[in-house]
Amino acid sequence: MKIAITSTGNSPEAKLDSRFGRCLYFVIYDTVSHSTEFIPNPYIDNIEGAGLASANLIASKGAEKVVSGEFGAKVKSLFDSMKIKLVILKDPEKRINSIIELLNH
Amino acid sequence: MPRPKRIRRMNNPPHFKGFSPMGISDENHPVVINFEEYEAIRLSDFEFHGHVEAAQIMGVSRPTYTRIYESARRKVAEAFVQGRTIVFEGGKVYFDSEWYSCNSCGCWFNHTEKGQKIEQCTLCGSTDIEQYFDNSQNPANEDRCVCPKCGSETVHLPGTPCKNEICPACNCQMTRGGAPFVQGSGNNNCN
Repeated sequence: MKIAITSTGNSPEAKLDSRFGRCLYFVIYDTVSHSTEFIPNPYIDNIEGAGLASANLIASKGAEKVVSGEFGAKVKSLFDSMKIKLVILKDPEKRINSIIELLNH
Repeated sequence: MPRPKRIRRMNNPPHFKGFSPMGISDENHPVVINFEEYEAIRLSDFEFHGHVEAAQIMGVSRPTYTRIYESARRKVAEAFVQGRTIVFEGGKVYFDSEWYSCNSCGCWFNHTEKGQKIEQCTLCGSTDIEQYFDNSQNPANEDRCVCPKCGSETVHLPGTPCKNEICPACNCQMTRGGAPFVQGSGNNNCN
C-alpha cells in the first residue's frame, strides 16, 4: 500500500508539514517495497485550488492514506469520495522517518 | 437573490451510476436523481428514520428534508411509469466520514467504509482508539440567534427563522449571528 505524507523538506529527517495543499514536498511511502519518493509540490503558488490539485496528484500516485497536519473542507470530501483515508497529526515536530516507523507497525 | 442552499451531509455515495429499464434501450432522457435525493430515500425507506431524525442526519431543516424526499419519490415514480433510465448525479452534498482518535500516537484518522467496525489506528496500529463525535456539537461551528440589544445568544434551530425567536433576557426580536451567516443589518424592533 502507498501512503502520502506532507513534508517540509526532501529528506527523511524533515518535519511533517502541517498544511496539506501548500506543503513543500509530498512523500510517497510504499509499505511493500519500503521505498520513499519525494515529490516537490507543484501547486504551492496556486492562488486557489491548491488543495484539490494536490489531492488529485496524490490520488494519481495511488496512495490509499494521507498523513498531514490539517485538511480543508473541500479536500476532506474529495478524499472521502475517492475512498482515501486521512490521518491528522497535530504534532508539527514529528519527523518523516518517525512517521514511517509508526506506519510499519 | 435566493437564499443559498445549505450543504447536505451524506453517507457514502451509491456505488453504481444508476438504473436502466429492461427491454428498452432509449437512454436519451434519463431521470437525474441528485445524491441528496438518493440519501433521502436511503434514510427514510431503507433505514426507516422519521423525517425529523433524517433531517438532522443530513444537516437540513425538516421542511427541506421533506421537499428533497418528495422530489426523490416523484422522480422514481416518473422513471418507473415511463420506463426511463435513472442516473445518480449532482446535488449539493458533502461526504461525511467517521473520525477516530488514537490514544497511543495522538493522531486523528477517518474511515471511509461506514458501518464497518474499525479496531486499529491507521497510523500506528494501536487498538487504543476512540470514536470522535461530530463537530456539529461544537459551539464555534453552530449557527446562533443573537439579540441585537443585549447580545445574548441561543442556538439557532434550522427551520425556525431567527426573527421569530424572542430573546429570553429582554424580550427583543433576535437576529441571525454565529460563524457562517453573519448579517450586517441589525433590526430595531425591540419592545
